Amino acid sequence: MKSNDRVTTSKADSSAAVSQVSPSILPANNLELVESWGRASQGISHVYRPTTVDGLKDLFQLARETGSHVGLRGGGNSYGDAAMNDEHILIDLRRMNRILAWDPKSGVVTMEPGVTLAQLWQYTLEDGWWPPVVTGTMATTIGGCAGLNVHGKNAWQVGPIGDHITSFELLLASGELISCDRGNNSDLFHAAIGGFGVLGCFTSVTMQMKPVYSGLLEVQTESRANLAEMFSYFEENLESSDYIVGWIDAFASGTSLGRGDVHKANYLPQGADPYPNQTMRLDYQHLPDTILGLVPKSIIWMFMRPFMNNLGTRMVNTAKYNAGRLGGPKVGRQPHAAFHFLLDYVPNWKQAYGRGGLIQYQPFIPKENAQDAFADILKLCQQRGLPNYLTVFKRHRPDDFLMTHGMDGYSMAMDFRITDRNRSRVVSLTQELDEIVLAAKGRFYFAKDSTLHRETTELYLGQDATEKFRALKKQYDPDNLLQSNLWRRLFS
Amino acid sequence: MANNFSKPARPLEPERRAVVIGASSGIGAALVEALASQGYQVAAVARRAPQLTALCEGINQTAGMPGHAAAYTHDVTEFEKVPELFQQIVRDLGGLELIAYVAGLQHDVAVDEFAFAKDAAMIRTNLLGAIAWLNQAAIRFQRAGSGQIIGISSIAGDRGRVASPVYNTSKAGLNSYLEALRNRLTRHGVTVTTIKPGFVDTVLLEHAPKTFWVISPADAARQILKAAQRKRQVAYVPARWGLVGMIIRHIPSFIFRRLSI
Repeated sequence: MKSNDRVTTSKADSSAAVSQVSPSILPANNLELVESWGRASQGISHVYRPTTVDGLKDLFQLARETGSHVGLRGGGNSYGDAAMNDEHILIDLRRMNRILAWDPKSGVVTMEPGVTLAQLWQYTLEDGWWPPVVTGTMATTIGGCAGLNVHGKNAWQVGPIGDHITSFELLLASGELISCDRGNNSDLFHAAIGGFGVLGCFTSVTMQMKPVYSGLLEVQTESRANLAEMFSYFEENLESSDYIVGWIDAFASGTSLGRGDVHKANYLPQGADPYPNQTMRLDYQHLPDTILGLVPKSIIWMFMRPFMNNLGTRMVNTAKYNAGRLGGPKVGRQPHAAFHFLLDYVPNWKQAYGRGGLIQYQPFIPKENAQDAFADILKLCQQRGLPNYLTVFKRHRPDDFLMTHGMDGYSMAMDFRITDRNRSRVVSLTQELDEIVLAAKGRFYFAKDSTLHRETTELYLGQDATEKFRALKKQYDPDNLLQSNLWRRLFS
Repeated sequence: MANNFSKPARPLEPERRAVVIGASSGIGAALVEALASQGYQVAAVARRAPQLTALCEGINQTAGMPGHAAAYTHDVTEFEKVPELFQQIVRDLGGLELIAYVAGLQHDVAVDEFAFAKDAAMIRTNLLGAIAWLNQAAIRFQRAGSGQIIGISSIAGDRGRVASPVYNTSKAGLNSYLEALRNRLTRHGVTVTTIKPGFVDTVLLEHAPKTFWVISPADAARQILKAAQRKRQVAYVPARWGLVGMIIRHIPSFIFRRLSI
C-alpha cells in the first residue's frame, strides 16, 4: 500500500450493511488482548503501531478496504473503554513519539501524539519548564491527554490541558491533515480537544509550558475531620495555592463523614531554592525503585492485595488518617515528580485489586451543590456496602471545550474494586449515583467512565452540545470511521 | 444474515458469545438453543438457510431471548471463505468466548465399496472444515488467553472399522487435531473439549442400523455443554459410551479384523 493512495469512500459505505463484499480481511497476526486501565473490561483488537503520519494514513486506508473502524489509543490509562475498540483496528500511537520542536526561551513545545508526559518533563525540566497540567501518572501520552482534555491538581487555577494547547494538526478520517487553533477551525479545535479521538487523530500538538525556578515544590499536608472541613480548607486556600488535592477516607461515617487529608503545593518563587540547577536535574527527580532502600517497589502490590477488601481498606484508611492527624500538619519540599505522579509510586498497584480489576467513578459537581451531593454519594456507597477504596477530591474551573467536564466546582474520584460477585451491584449503584449527580447539575469525564448510558450522557452534556458534536462528527468523519467502545456505548 | 447483536459493549456487563458451525439440525441446532437459553449470543452457521432461519427465529421469539441468535449461511467445504466469515461473525457478536464445530457428514458405504467421491466429501466436511474454522478460533483464543473450543467427533473415530473406513478416518483425524490444539492452547488458558457422541437421534442415525442407548439432541447438547464447562478434555455422550469406547479400543487386532462392527 502506498501512503499517497487516494482515499475512497465507496467501500466503507458497504461495511455497515454487508461486509462480505469487502475484498480483504485484517490478518489475525495483529490480534491483541486489550484491557481498560482498571482491567475491569477486556476485548480483542487488531492493534497497529505506526511510526509516521504516512503509516497512520495507510491504516485509515486499510480500515476502509476491510470495512473496519479505527480506534485510537495512547498510554492506555483511561480507566474505562475510551481507548478500546473491540474487534476492529486499534492504533497504538506510542511509537509516534518524537518531540518535533522545543524552544527553551519561550517554553513552546511541539510533539507527536505518542510523546508521554514522562518524556516531556524529562526533556524540558533542566531548561526550567514543567508541563502546565499533568495527570496522576506520567505514562499518559499527549495525544490521549488532549483527546480527553485531562486536568491536574491545579485544575481550578489553570484549567484542563486544552487551555495550554495553542494549536494542533489533526488527521481526518478522509486522510486530510487540518491545522486547528483558537482562530482557525476554532469549532474543531474546541471539539477535538476532549473529543475522545473520534473526530480525528492528533499528529502534532503544540503547547505552552510553565516556567519553574526549582525542581521542588513547597508541600503542606494536614488532616481534616469531615467533609465540611475539607470544603472549607479548599475554599480558604484556593487563592494562595498552586495545587491542592484531598484524600477522603470513604469508610468514615456519621460526624466523620468525608474526613481525610489535604495536600497543597506551591511553586517556589525565583530565588527561593538555593540550588535550582541541582534540583531540576533529572536524577534528583528520580522516583526510587525501593522502599527504605531495601524492598523493591515492584513487589509491593502483592503485599497490598490482602488489604483490598472492605475490612482491610477500612483498617488501612483509619491508620493513615490517624497517623496524619496525630503527626499534625507537615510542611516540606518535595520534587515535582514525587508530588505529581503518585499513581506511579507503587508500580502495578492496580494488580492488588485482583482479577476483576477496578473502575473509577468521578462526578464533577458545581460548588454550591457539591458538599451536599458528595455527602449523599458517600453515604449511599456505604449503605450499599460498596465503599470506595481510594477517593480523591479536587477543585475545577469552567472552560470552553465542547465536551468538557470542567466547571466551577469540585470532583470526587472514587475507585471501586470489581469482583464477579459485586459487579452487578456496582452497576446499579452507579445508576443511583448518576441520579444524584444529574440532580446536582453535575458532569462526568470520559477518561474515567465505565458506567454511563447514552441518555445520562446527553443529560449532562446538554442537547445543544451533543447535537453540535454529532454535527462535527458527521462533517469531519461522515463514514464513522473513527470509533471506540466508548463512542458506541454513549453516542451511537 | 443481518446482524442481530447490535448492543454496544458495556465495560461492567460482559456478554457471552458463541458460534456453532453445523447448526441447522441435530446436535448443532440443539447446541444453539442450549447456549441461547444459558444467556449466550449465538451465531448459527450452516448450509441450509431455511432450517437455520427457522431455528434462529424460534429462539429470538422465545421470551427473554430476543436477539440471541443469528443465522449465517455457509458451506463448510468452502474453506477459503472461512476467515472472512469468521471475522464478520466475531465483529457482529462483538467478541467470542466459545466455538463448537458440529458439522458432520456420514455417507452410506457398502462393505465392499471404495468410493473416493464419498470419502473426499466426508474428509472435507468432517475434518478440513473443522480445521478451517477452529484454526481461526485458535489464534484469537490464544491471543485472548481464554476461550472454549468444542469439537464434535465420534466414538467412530476410536477404531478403523469395516463399515465406514473414511468416516472413521475423518473422526480419528479430528481427534488428533483437537488433541494437538489442546496441547498448544491449554498453556494459553484455552480449553479444548473433544466430544464423542454415541447414538443421537439425528439424520446420521439413518445409516446406523443397530441402534441402542439413543438420546435426543437436546439431551446431548446439555451433556456436551456440561462437559465443556467442566473443562473435560474428552467426553463420551452419554457417558456410558466411555465403557464401550474403552472396550472397542482394546480389542486386539487379530479379533477386531474378524468382526463386522
